Formats: sequence, C-alpha cells, structure tokens
Amino acid sequence: MNLAEGVQNVSFAILAVMMLGAALGVVLLPNIVHSAFLLGGVFISLAGLYLLLNADFVAAAQVLIYVGAVNVLILFAIMLVNRREPYTVVRWGWLRSGATVSVCIGLFAFLGSMIFSTHWALKPIVALPSTVSVIGIHFFTDFLLPFEVASILLLIALVGAIVLARREYLPDEATGEEFELVERPRDPVAALAEAIESPLERPIGRI
Amino acid sequence: MQLQYFLLLASALFCIGIYGLVTSRNAVRVLMSIELLFNAVNLNLLSFSNYLDSTDIRGQIFAVFVITVAAAEAAVGLAIILSIYRNRETVDMEQFNLLKW
Repeated sequence: MNLAEGVQNVSFAILAVMMLGAALGVVLLPNIVHSAFLLGGVFISLAGLYLLLNADFVAAAQVLIYVGAVNVLILFAIMLVNRREPYTVVRWGWLRSGATVSVCIGLFAFLGSMIFSTHWALKPIVALPSTVSVIGIHFFTDFLLPFEVASILLLIALVGAIVLARREYLPDEATGEEFELVERPRDPVAALAEAIESPLERPIGRI
Repeated sequence: MQLQYFLLLASALFCIGIYGLVTSRNAVRVLMSIELLFNAVNLNLLSFSNYLDSTDIRGQIFAVFVITVAAAEAAVGLAIILSIYRNRETVDMEQFNLLKW
C-alpha cells in the first residue's frame, strides 16, 4: 500500500462515518431543523465520496444543486410550515417502527450478501484528463434526447410548483378599493375539515 | 479501495432512507428521506461508472439526470406540502387521509 492509497482509505473511512452519522441524525433527531442541517452534511460528505470516485463534475454539481438549492428549499419549507404540534400517538406505533427496523436490517443484509457474493467484472481504472469534456460529448451525441427531455421536465416542474404553491386571491370581492389585494382569510376546505373534526379532540397547540 | 465498500455504503444509506420514509410523521422529513434514497442511487451509479466503465463514463451522465429529477421532485413535493398545510393546517402524515376512503 503506497501513500496515495492510504490517504484514499483514510478519507473514505472519515467520509463514510460522517455520512452515516449525519443520515442517522436526519432520520432520528426530533427537531426537524437539525435534520435539515444534517442533510446538508450528508450531501457534502457524498460530494467528497464522488471526488474519491474520480467524478469531479458530479461532485461540483452535487454541492451546487443539493446543498445550494435543495437544502435551502427544504429549510424554507420548514420555516413556512414549522408548527410545533404534539403528534397523536398511533396505536401499534412501536410495532410499526420495529417491523420497519427489521425489514431495513434484512434488506441491508440481503444487499450486503449480494454485493460480496457477486463476481464483478472489474476493469482497471483509467484516469481521464477531464471528465467535463467527456460528459459534454455524451450529452450532445448519444444522450441528446434525454438531455432535452430533462429540460422540458424542469420547465414543467417550475410551472407546477408555482401553480401549486401560489396563494389564491379573490379579485371579485374588492370593495371599491382598486389597489388592495384582498386575501382569502381561510380556505373553505380547512374550515370544513375543522368543523368535521371538532368533536374529535385534536390536541394541537399553536406555539 | 474496492467497489464493494462503496456499494455497501450506498446500501446502508438506502436502508436508512427507507426507514425514515416509512416511520416519519413530519411530511418534510419524508421528503428528506426521499433525497437520501436518490443520493444512495447516485453513489451506486458513480461507483459502477468508476470501477466498471472508467473510460466511457456513462454512469456520471445518469447521475446528472438523477440530480435533475431530484431537484424537480423536491420543488414539486414542497409545493404540495405547502398546499396541504394551507388546507389542513398540519404536516402530520397520519392526518392526510383526503384520498383514503
């Protein structure tokens, strides 16, 4: 084992421990803001692992898109909908989580046995001078149609997110005021749901 | 460095993501677990691309497409959660039974 291999092994171990710890924190921590920040830790550790796999462009895209866009978007959503409410206790909740733990451990054991029993057709690693040019050539020759479809998908997602998250106004209830946007006070569906569920006690306290 | 270690790490991340996906009560945490699943798949794709196809890196192309779809999914999913929160005033997954029966 030469020096470069040792450095790779040590950095792989550090990144793996960081990533698994942060992922467990994302799933298990009770405060969701801490979970969102640990999700950023998972993404950054994964970018380091991508660098170990000779994928520099994907590592940069991971940091830019996941940490810079998706994580910030999730934090914004948490700040918009974060309302501390005591969750009602579900019957057989412990059975549900216990069954999930056993299923996940079984799946992990299954995947691990499959990984170590398969004979992989490994090839010697060729270090490319620049992965960006190879990826660009792929994008504009043999992956051209998926590339364009991905751009259309992004456009559709943009329009759909705006349509879904837009706050609706009632322009026909303007009372003579021209420049006032009258906001709908409450949606009728929410009022209806509360009217239905009001005999059932909902232990929700706005804090 | 072996291919198997990366695959084992990705499968561990996938199992953690499935656990969070099933057991979370908060809807935003469910979306975060889905992001963990996407990242596990990306790690698989990139390790295969490095160890099995290192001259003609097609796995990185697939990883870029997965990142694109994940970004679109996050935007639409959070918009749906905002819309549900405006209607039901909760983010508890146990109370989202509008289409259940």
